[in-house]
Amino acid sequence: MIAIVDYGVGNLFSLCSSFAAVGADAVVTADPDVIRQADKIILPGVGAFGDAATKLRESGLGEVVKSEAKNGKPLMGICLGMQLLFEKSYEYGEHEGLGLIPGEIRPIADVIPKDLKIPHIGWNPLRFHRESPLFKHVKEGDCVYFVHSFYAANCDDALLASAEYGAELTAAVGRGNVYGCQFHPEKSGNVGLSILRAFCEMEVTSC
Amino acid sequence: MITKRIIPCLDVKNGRVVKGVNFAGLSDVSSPVELAKYYSDHGADELVFYDITASAEGRQLFTDILCEVARTVFIPLTVGGGINTVDDFDRVLKCGADKVSVNSGAIRNPALIGEAAKRYGDQCVVLSVDIARVDGTFRVFAKGGRENTGMEAIEWIRRGVDAGAGEIVVNSIDTDGVKRGFDLEMLEAVCNAVSVPVIASGGAGCIDHFTTLFQALPKVDAGLAASIFHFREVEIKDLKAELRKNNIPVRL
Repeated sequence: MIAIVDYGVGNLFSLCSSFAAVGADAVVTADPDVIRQADKIILPGVGAFGDAATKLRESGLGEVVKSEAKNGKPLMGICLGMQLLFEKSYEYGEHEGLGLIPGEIRPIADVIPKDLKIPHIGWNPLRFHRESPLFKHVKEGDCVYFVHSFYAANCDDALLASAEYGAELTAAVGRGNVYGCQFHPEKSGNVGLSILRAFCEMEVTSC
Repeated sequence: MITKRIIPCLDVKNGRVVKGVNFAGLSDVSSPVELAKYYSDHGADELVFYDITASAEGRQLFTDILCEVARTVFIPLTVGGGINTVDDFDRVLKCGADKVSVNSGAIRNPALIGEAAKRYGDQCVVLSVDIARVDGTFRVFAKGGRENTGMEAIEWIRRGVDAGAGEIVVNSIDTDGVKRGFDLEMLEAVCNAVSVPVIASGGAGCIDHFTTLFQALPKVDAGLAASIFHFREVEIKDLKAELRKNNIPVRL
């Protein structure tokens, strides 16, 4: 069973439907016990980093997700959920994230030419940086759907894939059993579903 | 590099897809769920659903159908029609819509754009504008293109973007349904005025019209059309192959 963590941000209808479409048993939950019992965890999110980080902290769900991930349970953050995996964000101030992936979240505006539109919105091809089980059913150049104004910087060897938008923007990250996608796999057609399917096929790693 | 989006638009009335020529003479085409699935499987980058139902029953039917579409189709969905309040945003977003398009509702209450952008983010709010030339100026029309509001279109779009609209759909009443190509002059005026994505609508009759659109106006992000896709006059796969041949980036 896959636990989709519901900490009060965003709409999880499409995410839920997309797991159903790949034949996975996913539940939307805010119950720490359900998250602990799950085989895998999805950390979703839309909106502002500061708000979301506060909600994660105040609900106690951030700590649950973090300790489960540290026990080797596959975890994937999506969009803002990916950004929350990082140490820090500079989205309107300075906010602390879960610190599961090295690096920080910064405005796209800092790195792209002025004439490009923000947010980075639309379909953009993936460029792979490292091999990953997350991409076992997709290939380099496959397009995925992005909507974001901030990006993950300085991810070091956690960088799995990027997309070109006046600069190489982080598209996916991974470290051990922790993964993150800046794009929306649940809105990226068959390519997105294939990435979710690959995540569903992962096993708990022992550490 | 970000790709140009091709967006079929589905006008839905009482649970069925319809498309009018110059907004009049509606004809039943097909089931929204079937069409949505077909388009998603054949390369559409996004889908727009306009609810043109007036009754409460029709609205409920639309919401039910939207949920069904969102359960089977995994590309971005934009919903418009009958969006007058933030509660209307809520109603369609809960059914799986990703973006909400406002038109007459924003004309009646311009504050709606800002309120919705604040709650759901700019990327969620699409300002759709029906524009026609009146005495040589671009004017905003309301009520499905039937009523001249007297507002200057470029000024209205600027105000909308300032308030938080994250995307603009420019629908030229002058070229809609005529199938002689997009309204390049009108689109250029909008592209020069704002820095958010611009979606061209109204006038596409063949593949060449899309090629011309993206070549003449590189700032246009997407092309939207309805009947030429519904009646299979243009297959999206063929359209995208042709665009790529002309070095226009598309998702194949």
